[in-house]
Order: sequence, then C-alpha cells, then structure tokens
Amino acid sequence: MTRSLLRFAAVVLVVGALLVALIAWLNVRGEEPLDTAASTAPASPEQIERGAYLARAGNCLGCHTERGGAVYAGGRGVPTPFGTVFAPNLTPDATHGLGQWTAAEFWRALHHGRARDGRLLYPAFPYPNYTRVTRADSDAIFAYLRSLPAVAQANRPHELQFPFNQQAALAVWRALYFRPAAPEADATRSAEWNRGAYLVDGLGHCNACHASRNALGATATPLDLAGGLIPVQNWYAPSLASPLEAGVADWADADVVALLKTGVSARGAVMGPMSEVVSGSTQHLSDPDLRAMAAYLKALPPSDATRAPGSPAPADGPGAKLYDKHCAQCHGDQGEGAPGAYPALAGSRAVTMTSAANLVHVVLEGGFPPATAGNPRPYGMPPFATVLSNEDVAALLTHLRGSWGNRAAPVSAVDVGRFRNAK
Amino acid sequence: MNATLCRIALVLLTLAGAAQAAPKVEDTMAQRMQACTGCHGPQGRAASDGYYPRIAGKPAGYLYNQLLSFRDGRRQYGLMNNLLAPLTDDYLQEIAAHFAQLELPYPPPQPATAGVDVLTRGETLVLKGDAALRVPACIACHGAALMGVAPSVPALIGMPRDYLNAQLGAWRAGSRHAMAPDCMAQVAQRLAPSDISALSQWLAAQTVPASAKPATTLPAPLPLPCGGVPGSPR
Repeated sequence: MTRSLLRFAAVVLVVGALLVALIAWLNVRGEEPLDTAASTAPASPEQIERGAYLARAGNCLGCHTERGGAVYAGGRGVPTPFGTVFAPNLTPDATHGLGQWTAAEFWRALHHGRARDGRLLYPAFPYPNYTRVTRADSDAIFAYLRSLPAVAQANRPHELQFPFNQQAALAVWRALYFRPAAPEADATRSAEWNRGAYLVDGLGHCNACHASRNALGATATPLDLAGGLIPVQNWYAPSLASPLEAGVADWADADVVALLKTGVSARGAVMGPMSEVVSGSTQHLSDPDLRAMAAYLKALPPSDATRAPGSPAPADGPGAKLYDKHCAQCHGDQGEGAPGAYPALAGSRAVTMTSAANLVHVVLEGGFPPATAGNPRPYGMPPFATVLSNEDVAALLTHLRGSWGNRAAPVSAVDVGRFRNAK
Repeated sequence: MNATLCRIALVLLTLAGAAQAAPKVEDTMAQRMQACTGCHGPQGRAASDGYYPRIAGKPAGYLYNQLLSFRDGRRQYGLMNNLLAPLTDDYLQEIAAHFAQLELPYPPPQPATAGVDVLTRGETLVLKGDAALRVPACIACHGAALMGVAPSVPALIGMPRDYLNAQLGAWRAGSRHAMAPDCMAQVAQRLAPSDISALSQWLAAQTVPASAKPATTLPAPLPLPCGGVPGSPR
C-alpha cells in the first residue's frame, strides 16, 4: 500500500520535473549566448534617424509614454483582463531606463521577450510580433533610444492578479503560445508584399488588436488578423480580412494609404483606438512603406464572413425620429454623409458589421478623427452620453442598421449598456 | 409622350430633392466644432442652469491651457479626455482662439438659494479674501469685474453654480490640476467646503454686464505664482 503510494509519488515527481524542464527549455529555445562584442561601435546619425523611424512604425511611444508625461519615460498602463501592465522607462537613465543595457540585451528583449536580468517579459509588450524584427532594425531602434535625454522616472510595478503575477505562470504561457521567429522572406511573393508583412505582422503589431484572444490572452494563431474585441477597452478591432468588416481587398491602394497617412479616406475614417495608431505611428511612415502595407493587407486571404440578416427598419419609428433630430443635419437625410467631413452611414461597413461595439462608443462618446499633417483640422462629432438613454441609442442604431439599404441585426438596450459601462 | 414627360419631370424632381437633402457643410471652425456645442450650448454659450461651462468669450490662453490639460490628463473628465486625445497642439490653439473671439450675450444669473450669511461670506471671499486662511481675494487675479484677464485667467461669473462647486471641489480634492505651480489648488485647499459653497452661490448669482469682456491687464502682480499665466511671479 505504502509502496505503491511511494511509487506514485515518485512518478508524479519525475513527470513534474520533466514538465518543468520542458517549460524551461521551451522558454529559452533558439537563444544564442549574448554577444556583447558587437555593441561597442558608436551609432551613426543615419542609424539613429532610422531607429526613430522604426520606433514610429512600432508605435513604441504609444505605450512607453504616459499621457502628458516625459517622452519614452514609461508609466502608461496597458489594461488586460489579468490586471494592468505598466510600460517601463526606455530613456537612457542608468537606474530606471536602458542606461546599462547593451544592444544584444535589447535585441533579446524584442526577439525572445526577456529583460536584461533574464526575467520573462509580459506579452503586453508585443514580442510575439517583435520577434520577427531584424537584428539591424533592433540595433537602430536601440541607438535611437540611447540618443534620447535620460529621464530619472521610476518604473511602476505591474498590478496583476495571482497567479498571473508569477514568472512561473508566464513561463507556462510562453511554452504554450510563444515561439521566437526569424524574419523570413516569402520568396513566392513580391518584395513589396514582404515589406508589408514585416511592417503589419512585425513592428506594426496590428494583430495585438485585430485578433481575438483566448481565455489566457493569446491570439488564435500568431498572425491572425480576423478581428476581435479589444480587452477592457471594449472597442471592436474589425477583421482586416473580411469583406464585411475592414478588409481592403477591393480598395484602391491610394485609399488604404490615405487612411493610414491622414486618418480619413474616400472609403472611411478611423476612430477610437485606431486614431492613436494613425497619430503616433502610421502618419509618419513613408509612402512606399504604406503602399507595402496596403499590398499585404489587400492580399490577405478573404475570410468567409457571414452575418446575421436584419430586416428593414420602420421609416417612422423612434429611431428614425432620433436620427432626424440628432444626426441628419451632418450625416444627411439618407445617411449619405458629407465627403471629407462626415462619414456616410448608408452602405457603411462600420455601421453594418456584426459587432455594434464601436457604434455605441461613437454615439455615446463622440470623437474627432486624428489631427494629422494630411487632415490637420478634422470635423468632430458630439458625445450623446448625457442626452440619450440606452433605449434611445439602441433604437437609433437599429434604425441606422436597417435603413437606406443597410440590413444588419438590431441592437438592444442591453448591448448598449454593456459598452456604456465599459471603460 | 405625356408619360415620358412625366417620367423626366419625376427624375428631375427626385434629383432636386436629393440635392436639397444633402447636408450643407461649411469649411468653418463653427462647423468643425459641433462636437463641442452639443454640451457647451450653441456656439459655446451654455446656459447658467446646466452643468457645462460657457466657453465662448473666455481668454484664448486659458481655453488653450484647459484643452491641453484635458488631452494630457491634468484635468479628468472622460468625455473631454477622449474627445481631445487625437488632436494636435496647433489645432487646440485654433479651437481656443475660435471660442475666445465669440462675443455673445450672457444668460441671466442663477438666483441664489442660500441665506444672507452664506452670501455675505461668499462676497467677502471674492472681494477681500481671508487673510487668516491665506486666501487672496478672487478679484486680485480674476479682475475687478471678475471677467478674467487675457490671455490666461478665466472669468468667474456667467457660469453654473454646480460647475463652480465641482471645479473648486476637484481642486481641493486634488483631482483637477493646472500647470505647476498650481495656484488654484493651493487656494482651494485652504478653503472649507462651506467656503466653496458660499463662493459658488454668490458668483453664480452675479449678472454679467452687457458686452463684458476679459480685462487686458492684471490689476496688480499676482499674489502667488501660477503656472501657465504670463508674467506670473516664480
């Protein structure tokens, strides 16, 4: 009796030890010893400038600068279902920033997701994407960050719930979902497509938002762009592959470039969290790079999107009355919009896509498209949070989704409440 | 023949109808700023009975500093923080200048609901301050007419009582900030909640004279250093 119990315990121990060893091995696979010799060469102005451009492409500033805070000094929280992860200081400060880091250690952080002291990093830092960044680009970004003024701002500890605040939990997550990747070119595709893939899937980390996540916060496949609800913020980042959402397969290249460069285009405008991406990142990219992103996005295999059919909205219901009172003045009696100022609602995928999350946000919170060099004085929409009840918003959105040829499913007051209370 | 004519007429009518229905969009700041006037009232001249403050005719520098503070998180109000997040310094400056140059009549004041003692306390604080609390008179910074001082000190009259209460309360509690040194935070923290209520009661009950505008110069050097105000002592 005791002997079989002992044997069982021994088996459990051995299996456990093997599992721990496997997880540990999976966490450092593909890592070469840190090469410190190469990091002594001083950076050239060209390399620093290149690094500044690449940091824009990665929108590093977006997380590593607090609202109104010192540039790159960290402190902004990334809300996740497991708690808040605070982006650290990337200035050359010796105590709190990258002052003591080498280029090799920086590359290991991007490529393998490990800190200078070897700690595993949380994937709120999108190293599952940055792992595809080349060593040369990593070195350029590092050289740029080292050229910034040092800011002695202490890093804020993450606020994560147990067990997600444990390195062991992170090791298990990484063993399951993270694999370092080499920046590989697809020889069957054009150089432009490959450049686009590098920017969209690598530095741009588009799928950090444009993909759904499982219960452990991992994307379905590493480079999925099939759309998803952004955790905690509850804006829906639409599918970039679906013709019913934000797929651009039938767009002219120039429209994709205009959207990313100015925030507005003949086919639609950006709003919500994407405004921040255009402001901080894509408006600064070169036209060839934006065309490359367009080429890659246009070539994504279209997903077989289906949507629940809706029925026409009554022309004299409560939604129609609210529309006439609050919306028609700018968006037009027939939802036709006004080019360059107010988006059309008739035939708009932003109106008809299955998730109504963004519609609720826009009606309640209003907003401006980003002010960019190409669209410096955008037209704005007022917030209606203080004017319209959940029932009003539901009636209004149901009207938009069932009028002027739109045939999308109605929106309920419960749906509106779900997104109204989200923050 | 007749049928064809009818059809042509119908098509023409439909076209005319469609042309009429198209929204008229002017290439003006007023058109662009419809996002603001939903809450701040037509042209930014909010009535005194609501919560949202009037923005029309406030000094441009003050409005610009507030827009920056909302965008960068020194002032907290979710709708304003979100709305301004994607806008640039240049555009915020243009927005401030747009609302500052509007000259529009003010609404009638809000009748006070407090007793004489409270209103007397409010009036004393506004006109004389309270040396024991080290609180300067409001008029020392906001101008003898309380209409503010261009470019950065705002008017204190012509605003809803609830808004005044909320702002002084937020400064006292540390949830509203101005650029450092934050003189209003220091003043508000020296006031008791009953003082704040007395101030709001008295200020909201004042009539704004017709064609009142911000003063152009400070009555005297500021009694304490204030960030964002040109010429402030350091």
